[in-house]
Amino acid sequence: MGNCICVIAEFRGANFRRVTFEVASEGRRIADSLGIGLCAVAVGSGVAARAAELGRYGVDKVFVRDDPALENYLAETYVPIVAEAVKMCDPAAVILPASVDGRDLGARLGARLRVTLVQDCVQIACEGGKIRAKWPIFAGKCFAWSDWSEGTLPLMSCRPNIMDCLVPDESRQAEVVMLDLPVPEARSSVKSIDMDTSGKVELSEAEIIVSGGRGMKEAGNFVMIEELAQVLGAAVGASRAAVDSGWRPHSDQVGQTGKVVTPNLYIAVGISGAIQHLAGMGYSKYIVAVNKDPDAPIFSKADYGVVEDLFKFVPAFKEEVIKLKSTCS
Amino acid sequence: MNIVVIIKQTPDTESVIRIAPDNKSIVTEGLKWIINPYDEFAIEAALRLKSKHGGNVTVVTYGPPRVVEALRTALAMGADDAVHVDDPAMKTADFLRVTRALAAAAKECDPEIILMGSRAVDYDQGQRGAIVAEMLGWPHLPLAVSLESDGKVVTIERPIEGGKVTLESPLPVLVTLGGSHAIWNPRYASLPGIMKAKKKPLKARKLTDLGLDPADFGPETARIRITSLEMPPQRAAGRMIDDGLDTEGKARELVRVLHEEARVI
Repeated sequence: MGNCICVIAEFRGANFRRVTFEVASEGRRIADSLGIGLCAVAVGSGVAARAAELGRYGVDKVFVRDDPALENYLAETYVPIVAEAVKMCDPAAVILPASVDGRDLGARLGARLRVTLVQDCVQIACEGGKIRAKWPIFAGKCFAWSDWSEGTLPLMSCRPNIMDCLVPDESRQAEVVMLDLPVPEARSSVKSIDMDTSGKVELSEAEIIVSGGRGMKEAGNFVMIEELAQVLGAAVGASRAAVDSGWRPHSDQVGQTGKVVTPNLYIAVGISGAIQHLAGMGYSKYIVAVNKDPDAPIFSKADYGVVEDLFKFVPAFKEEVIKLKSTCS
Repeated sequence: MNIVVIIKQTPDTESVIRIAPDNKSIVTEGLKWIINPYDEFAIEAALRLKSKHGGNVTVVTYGPPRVVEALRTALAMGADDAVHVDDPAMKTADFLRVTRALAAAAKECDPEIILMGSRAVDYDQGQRGAIVAEMLGWPHLPLAVSLESDGKVVTIERPIEGGKVTLESPLPVLVTLGGSHAIWNPRYASLPGIMKAKKKPLKARKLTDLGLDPADFGPETARIRITSLEMPPQRAAGRMIDDGLDTEGKARELVRVLHEEARVI
């Protein structure tokens, strides 16, 4: 039994990523149920300035390692530092984001600390002092609950957009402890970073997603999906059929061999609902299906279904959304 | 270039998953087994490296006798030899220990590069690559959607939230593959390939063969266990937007319910 719950913060540049607040909030809930404190570890470049702000989400103390050499995430440099910081906390459990970098960091951290990570948790339970975690298997076709053997440190990454954020308490500041650990030598290196500056909404962070499938018939017809996405402030996704046909880039693919997404609203257009696609979006809060085939399996998952020719329906739907937005604003 | 690919056999992605009576595992009868798609990308990437730089491709896996079929498929695609790790002591081993055995089996091949899928489509933990790299003290280039090498340095592109990172590392290095079928377009096993695969070397390895102690793999060494499985919550029956409305009427009604009932737009 350790002293605290420890969360690993994630940054983009010098700013926290939202998922950091989610894991801090979840950490606070678990710490409260165990009657212990909440620590955080913040590693990066220029991250010291904002570290105390984690107090708003219930963090008591932040261990910070701030160095220009840590500007970009690299497992070889980050993991040894995070591992040392975690040891200083002597935690009862460690929680980090199941983001792209967090998943990599968590796995290597687990191997380094000789503990076992459960990746992509969607729920953490704490009963009688024992922590259990729930995570999706077979891309959400099923869920597993697992626990850790006596004396093993539970290490968990949490899926973004699932854990509720606490209402930030602006008056609270976390105590900041600056660490002076050496930045390890690394053989791998970051050559370049290209951020998408087109203003498009990123699929894994989108609150609304509009996806197209085989029913779109050709790449050019995705303009219709993009226009609808734009008026909704949504990201564009695609089924494997659309990606395999070369109509959309692989980064748009939603499904068991693509991205697993959990938006508030998922609109499936011309997607029949192959089980491998359903696995990638079935956890969305609301699902709308538009398909001309009333027997398409996608309707079994949909909260709202529309049997229509998508080429007629999507433009009509877009017009109605524009009308709604103009009356609401 | 001496290349090792670590693969896993998984149920086909179109499989319907059912919970077994023990409530801790899935029903495996009737499942169609495939090479985990991301591992198939790794095999393809390995074969492309070999055709450019020469060398040898060894596929390594762990599991019951059925996994030999996955190894034969990889050999039929063009891999040169295969290693099948299995041991009665590993039946209850957790994934950290299974990974330790796989790392030992890979190391035995003295590779310059190890490739594997970024995740497996069954238990989806996506951590095997990072763990093997840590155990070997190697750099790990994760989630590659492209892979280039001049024979000394490996360069990959890795998608991150809202962008892309280019990473590189000198050999030896471990690379995990992301992306999709559309990117890697893994080759099919040809008929001559299948015939040849039958004669290619396939080695069975037990823990002691790998210099590991079976006592370190017993049930009491497992640090994590699955206590139960559950199916996802059933979604309440959906509503078909129809009511005899025309296209515009349905569009208007859908906007209304999403705005007023679901409150998501």
